[in-house]
Amino acid sequence: MSLTPRETAITIRGLRKAFGGQPVYSGFDLDVRRGDILAIFGPNGCGKSTLINMAAGLLPRDGGEILYDGREVSEIRVGYVFQNYREALFPWRRAAENIRYPMRRMGLPAAQVEQRLQGLAERFRVRFDLNRYPYELSGGQQQLVSIMRALAVEPEVLFLDEPFSALDFETTLSLRDLLQRVLKELGITTILVSHDLEESIILADRLLMLTRRPTTVADDVPIDLPWPRQAEALASPGFVALKARCLDVFQKAVAA
Amino acid sequence: MRALTGPALGALGFVLLWQLAVLLRVADPILLPPPAEAFAETWRGFADGTLAHDTWRTVQRTGLAFLIASAIGVPLGVALGAQEKLYRGVEFVVDFFRSTPASALFPLFLILFGPGEGTKVAVAAFGAALVILFNAAYGVINARRTRVLAARIMGASGPRILVDVLIWEALPQILVGMRSGISLALVIVVVAEMFIGSTDGLGHRVINAQMLFESGLMYGVIFVAGALGYALNLLFILLEKRFVHWSGR
Repeated sequence: MSLTPRETAITIRGLRKAFGGQPVYSGFDLDVRRGDILAIFGPNGCGKSTLINMAAGLLPRDGGEILYDGREVSEIRVGYVFQNYREALFPWRRAAENIRYPMRRMGLPAAQVEQRLQGLAERFRVRFDLNRYPYELSGGQQQLVSIMRALAVEPEVLFLDEPFSALDFETTLSLRDLLQRVLKELGITTILVSHDLEESIILADRLLMLTRRPTTVADDVPIDLPWPRQAEALASPGFVALKARCLDVFQKAVAA
Repeated sequence: MRALTGPALGALGFVLLWQLAVLLRVADPILLPPPAEAFAETWRGFADGTLAHDTWRTVQRTGLAFLIASAIGVPLGVALGAQEKLYRGVEFVVDFFRSTPASALFPLFLILFGPGEGTKVAVAAFGAALVILFNAAYGVINARRTRVLAARIMGASGPRILVDVLIWEALPQILVGMRSGISLALVIVVVAEMFIGSTDGLGHRVINAQMLFESGLMYGVIFVAGALGYALNLLFILLEKRFVHWSGR
């Protein structure tokens, strides 16, 4: 896929990373288009999370570069939603305080913090009390608070690390609907790591399928299904065909 | 109300057993007086003010030792916990002195602080500080990694993470350390009051009562000391529930 520099939000060149002498990435390249939702899917241990953790600046890389419009990750605003909301939210702060936290760290004035909090609550149609503590909320509500917290800083790039894997199916479906609608409204460049193929296809503009270590790209699949994609889209012929193709690629990548 | 029924019945059962032992003459009445006599002598001790004074002195010494121990143990423990490599370096020394019976340190502290108040409070503070330090350090070391990363990605600097995440993560463990610390401080203070030239305090009172064969009073003072330890423990459990409402949820 060739992109002009203006369209590119994330550029990864020659990325290298090894764990205990075992290479995970040795010369990995990737360009992500601005406003795209990129899903990364691959076998266990292929380094999906490693990739976004390096991109988010949480994990040092051994070599290569990851640039955001020419800038390092420390120079841009990022949001990150962890898989385990129970361990990512601050249980000693109320839900609203959790969402205010990154805005305060940014130094936003109080009035703007409140305005953004209100805006997010409306956008996500929050009907529960944000003045509760996280442990008083359901799992889906807690993960929604995590997502709102990540979006509060109006990130240039959003990282989602298996955000729904700890939730039940019903909650996953409704949260997925909400999230895709908001991400498309705001046009936020997003990298989603998932081990659910359906979820990767339904949420993404582009699906990157990775091989076993050392990790390379097995397939780079544009997902041009129409938005919004509700649960019914899971039965559409376009979706079914894409899923069949991806499943085939995946089985070859795992067998290889 | 119902929550109190169990403990009340237990206490009543204990007193009845005691009374039964007295009736069966299990021991010489001088060594084992009836509960009523112990109660009456304890009551008299409180009525003339001397036992209340002794209790208050023990509370004061324990409280002071605990405050000193917390003021040293909490910040030092948190700081060491945040530098895990440094903590691993001093861990052996902390563990060693934590395991050393505090009573073995009396002679040393007597040389350092003299035979007055200082020694009693200092030994108790020393013992309690190590327990608090150890717990605070482990609380910080065991902080959830995800929360630290979350704070970092939201733009929190190192000191900010310490204040906004690590201390909170460690708080349940710090309070557990404080609870063990104050119990230990009480034990050391009572022992010190017995053997290091004292003129007041529960430890002083209990050993005096024993030497004067005031066995009713001796039992009474033991129960007062027990009640004090129990109350301090209960106080900290309530504090834990109040201040670490999120713990275990």
